Amino acid sequence: MSSTSEKFLVGIFDDEDILLHGVEGIRGKGVKIHEVYTPFPVHGLDEALGYKRSRLPIAAFLFGLTGTSLALTMQIWMLGFDWPMIIGGKNFISLPPFIPVTFELTVLLAALGMVATFFIVSDMKPYKTPRSYDIRSTDDKHVMAIDLAVNKLSKEEISQILKANGASEVNEKNF
Amino acid sequence: MQATSSVRESLITGGKTVRDVSEDISRHVENKPTGSWWIAMGISLILFLFGFYCLATLLWEGIGVWGLNKTVGWAWDITNFVWWVGIGHAGTLISAILLLFRQKWRMSINRAAEAMTIFAVICAATFPLAHMGRLWLGFYWALPLPNTWGSLWANFNSPLLWDVFAISTYFTVSLVFWYIGLIPDFAVIRDRATRMGNKTRAAIYNALSFGWDGAAKTWMRYESVALILAGLSTPLVLSVHTIVSFDFATSVVPGWHTTIFPPYFVAGAIFSGFAMVLTLLIVTRKVFKLEDYITIYHIELMNIVIIITGSIVGIAYITEFFVAWYGMVPAEFYAFYNRATGPYWWAYWSMMTCNVISPQLFWFKKLRTNIAATFVLSIIVNIGMWFERFVIIVTSIHRDYLPSSWSMFYPTMYDLGEYIFTFGLFFTAFFLFAKFFPVINMAEVKSIIKSSSEKKH
Repeated sequence: MSSTSEKFLVGIFDDEDILLHGVEGIRGKGVKIHEVYTPFPVHGLDEALGYKRSRLPIAAFLFGLTGTSLALTMQIWMLGFDWPMIIGGKNFISLPPFIPVTFELTVLLAALGMVATFFIVSDMKPYKTPRSYDIRSTDDKHVMAIDLAVNKLSKEEISQILKANGASEVNEKNF
Repeated sequence: MQATSSVRESLITGGKTVRDVSEDISRHVENKPTGSWWIAMGISLILFLFGFYCLATLLWEGIGVWGLNKTVGWAWDITNFVWWVGIGHAGTLISAILLLFRQKWRMSINRAAEAMTIFAVICAATFPLAHMGRLWLGFYWALPLPNTWGSLWANFNSPLLWDVFAISTYFTVSLVFWYIGLIPDFAVIRDRATRMGNKTRAAIYNALSFGWDGAAKTWMRYESVALILAGLSTPLVLSVHTIVSFDFATSVVPGWHTTIFPPYFVAGAIFSGFAMVLTLLIVTRKVFKLEDYITIYHIELMNIVIIITGSIVGIAYITEFFVAWYGMVPAEFYAFYNRATGPYWWAYWSMMTCNVISPQLFWFKKLRTNIAATFVLSIIVNIGMWFERFVIIVTSIHRDYLPSSWSMFYPTMYDLGEYIFTFGLFFTAFFLFAKFFPVINMAEVKSIIKSSSEKKH
């Protein structure tokens, strides 16, 4: 990020349905939306903004697969090869008793791996202070940020479009 | 998408707005703790300290201070362990399985239920750790770590080792699930603190909120994470008590060697977990004045879960008895006959009364929508579930195959002390949670305000 100031236009929406229609209308006018900040998940907002589906499930699957293979390799190597023990005359390597630990490690690695990936891709960490376009965005307002540098339309024109599409306030915010 | 159903009752009453949700739920985090909070906390800490003394004595002297003997080598320790793990089943069931079934009523109760789960699992874990005697060596006995005996690895054929993996995975995944849910709500408190000019609180909750900004993209990923975690936790919840039941079911002890144990234990766990959620939430909603968020309708739905799981447990008790008779194995039949008529008959009939008869009272709508009746019954259910584990464990082993090894189990002060220790730990943790964390998931409740809230007339 350069140190020169970035200029944003911030539209405030009071209601999630107005916001959803507003996003469509505003994008329809050719305004590029930087991001929308909402106090709770608004269903359909990701599609309205044109976001692609998250690939986190794929990450979870791959981490889970790692857990499965790790658990099986560990148990087969430890009890089958490194130090085979006779336990009730059973086979050294038998799959059924290995299933519980394999299942648990699959779930554990899938869950932890996916959550770690989520934190990394979303750049979330303790002591990170987020950029706040409007502090009410965690309370009850839906906040739409529009980067003026990437939009061809003038500030006044975008402000008009925001108001016409349901924004209750339009403010300016510089960083 | 404004849809108001005429069939279902409102999940949030009092004509709340999105703004009110932040206000009502954050208030108790921001206000100074009340006198009753300090009293409750003081009592919990006294229990904790007394229990800690008993635990320290146990670690110093060895497990001989417990009332165990050669015949009854497992008694209150494992009873309390299974009891706490069972209680710990409701939280993740509510947040995971009910999420997959799109049950919106989970939203007001999942946060507190998950917290309860986490604390209950910690309490449960103290018993096997204490039973190890030298718990600092427990890591080598319970985990496959390289050691100086070979390495002689842990035995993966043992259900006790499966339990170590099951409980620790369950604890970790539940903790992560709970924390993920807390992040947006910590951000609410952070921003409110910033607006109020409380810099210390803003800094603490900023660190806890991991820099949450509520961006649409982050919410999209967040929902994806929540859904996958729910999908992973659903079989996990079922696996944990299944594996706990394997501790008994894979043995050859009459009374334990039963194939119906896994579903029977899982149903019992959900039964006791919901009862504990009710006990805690009835108090919490009153103290924090959350009657508009945790409504009578929520309580009624939880009571319905109690009827269902309580009935499954009742059928399991009867099935066990039938199979013991029908199987024609004298030792097996005697184990059950002895349960109902032997020296522990009072424990058996307490269990039957509390678990089989009392939840049937909830068929009456008047009772299941009555707060006082629900509160009393929720405690009775957990007393019954404690007796269930005691009956299964102690009555099955106290009369061994040879009458010369028959024995009784009498708890000592240290058996009792360890149990009290976990109560102290549980309630101290829960009161700290209730004071410093938002007890209701604000973001989720806000998302259903439009569809499920009672409108102002």
